[in-house]
Amino acid sequence: MTELRRLREAFRTSLDLPPDAEVDDLRYQDNEKWDSLAHMSLVAAIEDEFSVMIDTDDVIALSSFKEAVRILGEHGIEFRD
Amino acid sequence: MTVFTLPQAEKERLLTKQLTELTAHHRAHCPPYARMLAATGTPETFGSVADLPWLPVRLFKQHELKSIGDDEVFKVLTSSGTTGDVSRIHLDKAAAATQTRQLGATLQTVLGPQRLPMLLVDSKGILKDRRSFSARGAGVLGMATFGRSHVWALDEAGHPDLPALREFLARHGGAPFLVFGFTYLVWLHLYEVARSHGLDLSNGILIHSGGWKKLVDQAVEPAEFRRRLAGDTGLSRVHNFYGMVEQIGTIFLEGPSGGSLYCPDFADVVVRDPVTWRELPPGEPGLLEVVSTLPTSYPGHVLLTEDLGVVHGVDDGDWPGKRFSVLGRLPRAEARGCSDTYREAA
Repeated sequence: MTELRRLREAFRTSLDLPPDAEVDDLRYQDNEKWDSLAHMSLVAAIEDEFSVMIDTDDVIALSSFKEAVRILGEHGIEFRD
Repeated sequence: MTVFTLPQAEKERLLTKQLTELTAHHRAHCPPYARMLAATGTPETFGSVADLPWLPVRLFKQHELKSIGDDEVFKVLTSSGTTGDVSRIHLDKAAAATQTRQLGATLQTVLGPQRLPMLLVDSKGILKDRRSFSARGAGVLGMATFGRSHVWALDEAGHPDLPALREFLARHGGAPFLVFGFTYLVWLHLYEVARSHGLDLSNGILIHSGGWKKLVDQAVEPAEFRRRLAGDTGLSRVHNFYGMVEQIGTIFLEGPSGGSLYCPDFADVVVRDPVTWRELPPGEPGLLEVVSTLPTSYPGHVLLTEDLGVVHGVDDGDWPGKRFSVLGRLPRAEARGCSDTYREAA
């Protein structure tokens, strides 16, 4: 599975979204399922999936799918379709 | 990284300017606030932080006060007082983002940039109904952001979960870890268990809040709390904090050597005489006023609390600025109207 698909999957599972949900444009402030509890599951899921440790500033900054891509990029994970 | 950097004179100058601008902003965008200031003949410029017009914190329980349009409301935070009155605090997206970021910056002063393994001295049960957390649930969850690999120290019935504690310590106890809980739960359920079972908490950093009221029966004073935690469990990095939902994101944090709370660069306290409203000098207890530049979406930037406090000193402690203690609630603060309460305190 590509990195992008793994990240989409982590978002869908943590935010309890259907398997075919579009998540690439997802933002914290626009999705009611993305509450603070779901946020912690999402952070944990991303950390597990990509074997990274996200620091506090990035946990706070992780407010959209695109931000997650950026943060993981800083950990050396490249995203291609 | 730290947000405890400004000596008092510099902070006073900066905050007077920023809070004066914020007062003008709320005047322009919150009509009930503008009416209150007009009715009391409030000027538009202020010579010091103590000159700024304050609102009693209870006003947020009685009135909807916000400086944003209905369509800009992103989150409404509520907190219940003991009588069931509920404060309603309206945040737009910008204010919500700022409060999380500044709370993070404040806590990173003592936690560092990494999220540490975290022991939550509470029970998972408080999060059961995800649509209506208690204030306690919201507090725990807000703090959980700053940790990782979370473990609950209490089982669902609220009793200490000794196996979970032992497992957490076996896995994470050899390096710094974060402990968060309400003061009375830490004392009743973590301290007692750790002491009687000889658990080693010496790598822990404890962040706790919620006041000492419930510990009166146990006769534990803040100094005793620190002394016994350190002596009996090794937990010596202990930081109490004071904050309220009406100034969400702003917390006043106990310094490393204990005994005093400090104000982050974007906030301050003023202690007032409850009869004359005059600002009191260090050493004299009075009513606590809290100021912060974070409330941009509601006029909560200058609030008179219902707590008694005392400033211990200025620019003479662990961090610059004022250091102070909260001495407890004004007697029967919830039960009566403001004027009665203040008269009684006098």
